[in-house]
Amino acid sequence: MATISRDDVEHVARLARLHLTDAEIDRMQSQLSNILEAIETLQQVDTSHVGPTASVIQLENVMREDAVRPGLTRDAALANAPRRDDPFLRVPTVLREGR
Amino acid sequence: MSLPLADRTITELGELLRDRALSSRELTDACLARMARDAERLNTFLAVDADATRAAADEADAVIHRGDAGGRPLLGIPYALKDIFVTRALDDEGNDLPGGLPTTAGSRILEGYRSPYPSSAQQRLADAGAILLGKTNCDEFAMGSSNENSAYGPVRNPWDETTVPGGSSGGSSAAVAAGQACFALGTDTGGSIRQPASLTGTVGMKPTYGRVSRWGMIAFASSLDQCGPFARSVHDVALVLGALAGHDSRDSTSVDTPVPDYAAGLTGDVRGLRLGVPREYFVAGMEPGVEAAVRDGIETLRRLGAEIVDVSLPSTDRGLATYYIIAPAEASANLARFDGVRYGLSAGADELWENYTHTRGAGFGAEVKRRIMLGTYALSAGYYDAFYVKAQQVRTLIKAEFDEVLSTVDAILAPTSPTVAFKLGAKVDDPLAMYLNDACTLPVNIAGLPGISVPCGLSGGLPVGLQVIGRAWDEATVLRVADAYERAAGFTRLRPPTAHD
Repeated sequence: MATISRDDVEHVARLARLHLTDAEIDRMQSQLSNILEAIETLQQVDTSHVGPTASVIQLENVMREDAVRPGLTRDAALANAPRRDDPFLRVPTVLREGR
Repeated sequence: MSLPLADRTITELGELLRDRALSSRELTDACLARMARDAERLNTFLAVDADATRAAADEADAVIHRGDAGGRPLLGIPYALKDIFVTRALDDEGNDLPGGLPTTAGSRILEGYRSPYPSSAQQRLADAGAILLGKTNCDEFAMGSSNENSAYGPVRNPWDETTVPGGSSGGSSAAVAAGQACFALGTDTGGSIRQPASLTGTVGMKPTYGRVSRWGMIAFASSLDQCGPFARSVHDVALVLGALAGHDSRDSTSVDTPVPDYAAGLTGDVRGLRLGVPREYFVAGMEPGVEAAVRDGIETLRRLGAEIVDVSLPSTDRGLATYYIIAPAEASANLARFDGVRYGLSAGADELWENYTHTRGAGFGAEVKRRIMLGTYALSAGYYDAFYVKAQQVRTLIKAEFDEVLSTVDAILAPTSPTVAFKLGAKVDDPLAMYLNDACTLPVNIAGLPGISVPCGLSGGLPVGLQVIGRAWDEATVLRVADAYERAAGFTRLRPPTAHD
């Protein structure tokens, strides 16, 4: 289980929306295999009667009065956008005819 | 004055400021001069606005002259902020002031980013009257233990410029060690405050998870991240923590619990305290000089009247694997926001998919890519239960062991880092060797507990840190133990040879 294939690396990179060069894929394949081998030692721990901990503090819903408060202005929210077409963010084509 | 200004503690400097023997402007200029002198050599700062800093210092001096300094120990004290905290300078009406510095998180993907709002940490320190000197270099998105993962070049350790200052808050630790800043803030997800504090001979503290607001702290692993101070004494750390701690309604994991007067609790007395030494923390691979210094530190506390007890935390060696599932999994989700659409770098591709993948491929460095891949793998269909859920179950075990031990002792003593500062480049090609630097610190994040690193001597001329770990919400006891040790040992007064003018 510890060795992961080149296909695995490419699959995970697609899930992560991450472009990797061929050299990066090679390096990632060997480094991730080494790291996963170390991580897999967890399988030896008996956790059959143990629940998972997602957070160390008990989170509860917090209610506040439904009052209008100042937020970011549109200008402030758009100020860092790489491409903008006021008052919108501009993004590349999402859908194309015939696809 | 025997010591250069920039090497004195906040406590001493605050007295001089209030007695008007010193102005905040003079102190700030001394820090800015150190920063300029060491900029090339140490590479500690990524963004500085000296004019805005001087203006803030003049304003603090005006407040002191009006006699309004009462009860504000940080008024007029210059500090540095890790470049993982977003910064914006606003006046009381919410209008922009000069000095709103850019925020990069040490990454190319955020080059030139300017936050539309300030982080709670910046805001609270501004309210306390502290003077922001600039943003410090760090490992990209706080992922690293050497500061070599910054897109803006490594930071060098003022004790020996061929070695690393630790990471990920390496710029903050080096800035305090080099006398560039009187204190600094860092973030600690697996040791990123305590380990660099250990490697630079400074005091660094990670508070209990939920103690300090994470609002405006760029998220790495949200269930582990916590903000905390670096300073040149435990007392100074207590003062800064007092200004930072407390509930913030903008952070849903910030807990509404009383904040004690940390500085007032530093009695110097540890008689009657039971301090546990977990045998699993003295691991193979620990340098003998580090072990000797840490054991000496423990003996000092015994001489001061603490009862030293041998304890066991048997799952300690599972910490690394647990951490390297949970932290990358959370990171892969948090870093999904960097998509080239709303802010930061954009590849400018014609199609959305390509724009996502090429922006992220070009904007993230090697370690960040590795963690995103590892986390995405651990969360992917078919592996989620075997990796992610398993790690969360082991997290339960690790936390339960700490809780059990801390029900029989008042605090735990351990090494902070298994080694002193290592050479630049020594571990960059071996991720697993790099990850082992945090073996003694990351279990504390997994359990959400407070921990501090306090200098406990030198090994081969380089600083060693003693770690004190406490019960959740009991920073007071952690600080009290560290302060009593510091007073008896005095190693915090050691300065790096290069710090002197």
